[in-house]
Amino acid sequence: MERPLTEHIKNDGTALTLKEYEAVGGYQGLRAALKMTPADVMNTVKDSKLRGRGGAGFPTGLKWSFVPMGDDAPQPKYLVANGDEMEPGTFKDRLLIEGNPHQLIEGMIISAYAIGASMSYIFLRWAYHEAAQRVLVALDEAYKAGYLGENILGSGFSLDMDLHTSVGRYICGEETALLNALEGKRANPRNKPPFPQVSGLFGKPTIVNNVETYCNVPHILAKGAQWYIGLSKSEGGGGTKLYGASGRVKNPAIWELPLGTTLREIIEVHAGGMQDGYKLRGVLPGGASTDFLTPDHFDIKMDFEEVAKAGSRMGTGTVIVLDDKTCPVGMCLNLEQFFAQESCGWCTPCREGLPWTAKILLALEEGRGKPEDIDHLTFQTHYNAPGNTFCALAPGAMEPLQSALKYFREDFDEHIHNHTCKYRH
Amino acid sequence: MATEQVISEEARKEIEALFEHLPRKQAACIDALKVVQKYNRWVSDQALVELAPILEMSPHEIDSVATFYNIIFRRPVGRHVIYLCNSVSCWVMGYEAIRNALKEKLQVDFGMTTKDDRFTFLPIPCLGNCDHAPSMIVDEDLYEDLTPEILDEILAKYE
Amino acid sequence: MAKVIIDNVEYEVPDGKNMLEVCLSLGMDLTYFCWHPAMHSVGACRQCAVIQYRDENDTRGKIVMSCMLDANDGTRISLKDQRGAEFRAGNIEALMINHPHDCPVCDEGGECHLQDMTVMSGHNYRRYRFNKRTHVNQDLGPFIYHEMNRCIQCYRCVRFYNDYAGGKDFGVFASSGRVYFGRSESGTLENEFSGNLVEICPTGVFTDKTLRKHYTRKWDLTSAPSICHQCSVGCNTLASERYGGLRRILSRYNGDVNGYFLCDRGRFGYEYVNDEKRLTKAAQKATADTDAFTTVKNLVASGTKMIGIGSPRASLESNFMLKQLVGEENFYQGIPRHEAQLTETAFNLLRTVGVKTPSLKEVESYDTVFILGEDVTNTAPMIALGLRQAAKNLPREEAYKLRIQKWNDAAIREVVQERTGPFYLATPCSTKLDEIATSKYYGDTDSLLSLSDKIIAAIAGRQGGNDEAWSFAGEVAQALKASKHPLIVSGTGMMSREILLAAAGIARALKAGGSDVGLTFAVPEVNSMGLALIGGKYWDEAVEYVAANKDVTAIVMETNPVYRFGAKQAESFLKNCGKVVMLDSLENESTEYADFVLPAGTFAESTGTVINNEGRAQRFYQVFAPKNEMKSSWAWLDMMAHNSEKWRHFDDIVEDMIAHYPILEKIRDLAPTADSRVGTQKIPRATHRFSGRTAMNANVSVHEPKPPVDEDTPLSYTMEGYHGKAPSKAIPYFWSPGWNSLQSINKYQIEVGGPLHGGNPGIRLIEPDGAEGGDFNASGNGRNAGKTFEVLPAHHIFGGDELSAKSAPLATRIPDTAVSVSTTALEKAGMAGADRLQINYNGDNLSFKIKIDNSLPDNVLMLPKGFNGTQGMLFPFFTDISKEGE
Repeated sequence: MERPLTEHIKNDGTALTLKEYEAVGGYQGLRAALKMTPADVMNTVKDSKLRGRGGAGFPTGLKWSFVPMGDDAPQPKYLVANGDEMEPGTFKDRLLIEGNPHQLIEGMIISAYAIGASMSYIFLRWAYHEAAQRVLVALDEAYKAGYLGENILGSGFSLDMDLHTSVGRYICGEETALLNALEGKRANPRNKPPFPQVSGLFGKPTIVNNVETYCNVPHILAKGAQWYIGLSKSEGGGGTKLYGASGRVKNPAIWELPLGTTLREIIEVHAGGMQDGYKLRGVLPGGASTDFLTPDHFDIKMDFEEVAKAGSRMGTGTVIVLDDKTCPVGMCLNLEQFFAQESCGWCTPCREGLPWTAKILLALEEGRGKPEDIDHLTFQTHYNAPGNTFCALAPGAMEPLQSALKYFREDFDEHIHNHTCKYRH
Repeated sequence: MATEQVISEEARKEIEALFEHLPRKQAACIDALKVVQKYNRWVSDQALVELAPILEMSPHEIDSVATFYNIIFRRPVGRHVIYLCNSVSCWVMGYEAIRNALKEKLQVDFGMTTKDDRFTFLPIPCLGNCDHAPSMIVDEDLYEDLTPEILDEILAKYE
Repeated sequence: MAKVIIDNVEYEVPDGKNMLEVCLSLGMDLTYFCWHPAMHSVGACRQCAVIQYRDENDTRGKIVMSCMLDANDGTRISLKDQRGAEFRAGNIEALMINHPHDCPVCDEGGECHLQDMTVMSGHNYRRYRFNKRTHVNQDLGPFIYHEMNRCIQCYRCVRFYNDYAGGKDFGVFASSGRVYFGRSESGTLENEFSGNLVEICPTGVFTDKTLRKHYTRKWDLTSAPSICHQCSVGCNTLASERYGGLRRILSRYNGDVNGYFLCDRGRFGYEYVNDEKRLTKAAQKATADTDAFTTVKNLVASGTKMIGIGSPRASLESNFMLKQLVGEENFYQGIPRHEAQLTETAFNLLRTVGVKTPSLKEVESYDTVFILGEDVTNTAPMIALGLRQAAKNLPREEAYKLRIQKWNDAAIREVVQERTGPFYLATPCSTKLDEIATSKYYGDTDSLLSLSDKIIAAIAGRQGGNDEAWSFAGEVAQALKASKHPLIVSGTGMMSREILLAAAGIARALKAGGSDVGLTFAVPEVNSMGLALIGGKYWDEAVEYVAANKDVTAIVMETNPVYRFGAKQAESFLKNCGKVVMLDSLENESTEYADFVLPAGTFAESTGTVINNEGRAQRFYQVFAPKNEMKSSWAWLDMMAHNSEKWRHFDDIVEDMIAHYPILEKIRDLAPTADSRVGTQKIPRATHRFSGRTAMNANVSVHEPKPPVDEDTPLSYTMEGYHGKAPSKAIPYFWSPGWNSLQSINKYQIEVGGPLHGGNPGIRLIEPDGAEGGDFNASGNGRNAGKTFEVLPAHHIFGGDELSAKSAPLATRIPDTAVSVSTTALEKAGMAGADRLQINYNGDNLSFKIKIDNSLPDNVLMLPKGFNGTQGMLFPFFTDISKEGE
């Protein structure tokens, strides 16, 4: 089984140096790309069926194709790596950045070449201090080696790259909010359209992709689209995917597996099943903002289509496990308090609806719940539905809640009728 | 009455160096706030006033940005800041026990600073270390697989 | 045009609109908060949700925000669909969880958009059972009261204050449910347009502090359509009264003039109307004459030698009647020759330059601006607000190229970033608009004139030298020539006729090249243009006349000679007069010299016509009938002229005036005549909900007095009359069923944000008449008579206008009188570090506190015009400087 993104990441916890990276084929993808036209690079990525790894799964090549090209296109164009990774339960990008920063940088250079960007930023979340240090070292190495800066490898293509570490806000992971943060502003999301490809950073054409997405690009260019498609077990997309698990499993970790590996294999084989004394009640398959799935769904493939059919989203592919000794209402409370706090405060349903939701859940947990609270929680899940809010934060926040109300309804009712949380006593 | 400068010459130079890749100075606002915080621990009203001409913004405009973000402090913090992850994976894995233990040891709750100004204790969303929950960061150091028993040893490293 | 379908009915609508605008323009009721017709859409509040369908086969549809939905061909939505209605009601419920239930004690109550929208949405029961979040309020200064707990976070305030008006001391703070709108710390809001927050805010977060001091509910106010008297722009206002006092000023929408907004001088500068020094009855000095007016009438009838001193702050009718009373030969404009000639020049140039003078609204549409000499933020603030919008026009084009719709405000601002211009300023020193300038140039009058010559030369394609002036002139000329719609802005602020001519010369040069150029002048006062039209001799000549002729009776109307001409000159004039009849509203420094005073109404107690800076005649109506002798000056004068107990009707005076001034022919259509009716009814100044009429005088008498009758206008003083929508020329208040706030303006407009049904009021009298002529050669070298410094007037929005400066809330904002000078000029004079300096004016040594302004050229000083210590000064003048006492 091939693991192109992680196979060279060292076990001693240090990052690959430039030399080490080059020794295992690093920057060959870039060299290949620079011999092609930008359009061919873009087509190769399109052909590879690479889909965005940040959660939405939008086809990467298609996304790039909306960037205006040609001499009269607005300049400069920007390319941004979204390494804000603040989705609770998600810890995959950190592994990629800390383990092999050059892989990300190479992927970004190739992508920038494809869209004609001249400036690029790695947007990293504040907490990743180690990752930030390693990116800075790698950027320095890349500049010195001529992979960044003027006239890269004699190709005539020039690109600068900078690191921006965030100052904390979940909403910065939303690509347009991220752009506002990069502009030094409050990170409110922007309305789409116009999409960032047309009017992004500083009003210029901009591509924002997830760190993991970029890390795939060098391999696609080095080994070809068909090879990449062959890595996947999914019809809907090519390549491998970083999956992970956290919670009361025996071996919480991140694994690079073929896209479309089943949930059962992830939980039972890679995560080693549940810790002794715990039973699995459900999982959030792709981070905090995805709907619960139950053991009934374990044979579905973890890809964009099948998880959606099961009523959830693959999201970031990092599974959070709910066990039988943890209160599902309490878990929802924890999640909704997080989302309420991290709302940017721009649109009404999110700003007002999420704190209200969290207060009801707190009341339930503290034994102050009322029978009508269930109806009201259901109302909130409708009120904050996609399209009703300005961005995807609040609809995401409603996903675990609406599915918990479906799968764990008896727990909600018990809280209300018994005026207590049985998991605490 | 002359007010003492809080942004050092060194910090100012570091802020001005940020402008290099940016089309407008205001775009460096967040990074500039980080620089101020690096030197001063927090961003005081006076720091906003001094930052304003450097960034060609008003103190109000800078404050609007500063107060949006979690990790820009507009109130004084202690010599060390403890960020305890309170997100879902850590919560499942026993975050509350760690919080209670720290509360006990520090005699302060979230949002507060110990009387000796040694620690400020803050909750923080997911640290991206979910396979080693519960986790926390002290200053810039990550601590994982926390149990109440190992906290003393960690805290002892910070004076 | 596009065909859209709303609830299965097809409508043809203009292109480039969003569906919220479309629905409102079609007269439909749809709830909204964050959208504003002048600031467009950002999609924040989610209140205007509707159901959109792909096509006629789509029966499910989806919720969309109508403000963010382009009204293009085939757009199909429903307002009636239950899911949309439920969402809108639910959204109100969410907004209400933190909104206090304090309507009964809230200043906004009764004209609150949130109240209206709540009722409109159908929401009535709140399920929220937890604590409300609370905030600490801030002291925002003398104008605005802050009650943050009421905030529903629509972001309109910050979008207006920062993005639209260029304010920098206000913002949104924190995030999530804790967002806070205010300042970083308590303090006075500095922006000149802060008062608009009162109208922009959909609820009671920002309310009028001056109203709060003498609070009255909207429905208890007696209001009239008025014209702001505090500068030459003539913004349309709604002025409101209760218990004989003026309670507040609101903007009265006029799509050609001020639109939705007012400046703070206009909004908060009205308290002089309520001043305890108001003159209330006719009086004779040093006598207990109970019928002083009869004595005056007899004096007039006796054939005494009379002169009349008119005023640029009095109406056309009043100036006309004074001229009629004293005779053409004996009528003097109440301003010095120098100042009168400035306005006359501006007046004549509007006709003869052959260049269009845009309306204030049109000012916003130009794409390249050059300002010569004028500090419009202080002399005509609303023009500055319009120019701030104009400065964004060219950068916006880039957004339109990306097919971003004009209403998509946030997206446009993202493309525009901070870019403005082309926008050029050539002024004596830095002004507030510098912050949006592409480039700027500072100089004394002669340098600015010489610069103008260079610009004209550069427009004609001539090359000049390499100095700063030539390179600036070249840049300006190039930008102006490249522009589709360039605008030249100047005015009387520098008190230089040559500057006006130079600005006209630049406009003419552009016009000669085929440019669609506009030319805007700011002039000093509300009716400066009207006074120029009426004409008359100058103040200086009046001074000479009374010095040479004994026993002259001077009728001084709405002119305070001490303020205007300085104590020395005023005193000698007044003492030289045989008798002085002073017709004014306030006891002032001059009234003590009067033998008789007659209480003139301010704008609030009189009706009249004024002509603004663009030559637009506008009617203001008396707001209330005072319970004393105050009345319009023209009424007093008419009674004097006809030795009568009663004045002729206003319409008769207007007809009389038109007969003498054919140019005024059009003002017959300015407003409905007094005998016109809507159906059979007058237009009531009081709302149909007016309360307390039988009780408000009960402390005096329990018998309800007969209501006063207004014989001069079609308005009634009471609630009796037609309660539908008043005709646009006489709207005393805006109201529509379900729309109690000012947003009811939607219902008065042909399309929201557009002209009023029945046309925007006001008639332009002066248009380019083809009689192009005039010499625009405007060099003025060699006037300094060997002196080092030219002293120019500095204008200040607060304090630069005589009457508004007497309003307590404004008075606190007036800076100290100080002379502006640059550090290098002080150093050259050997006065580095000095804190006072002495200048020489008309042979007097005057000492002033120093205010350093390093943008000033080394040969220019500036003194605030009309301030304590500078009253009556004739600018510009030349002086040397010295230390105090030398």
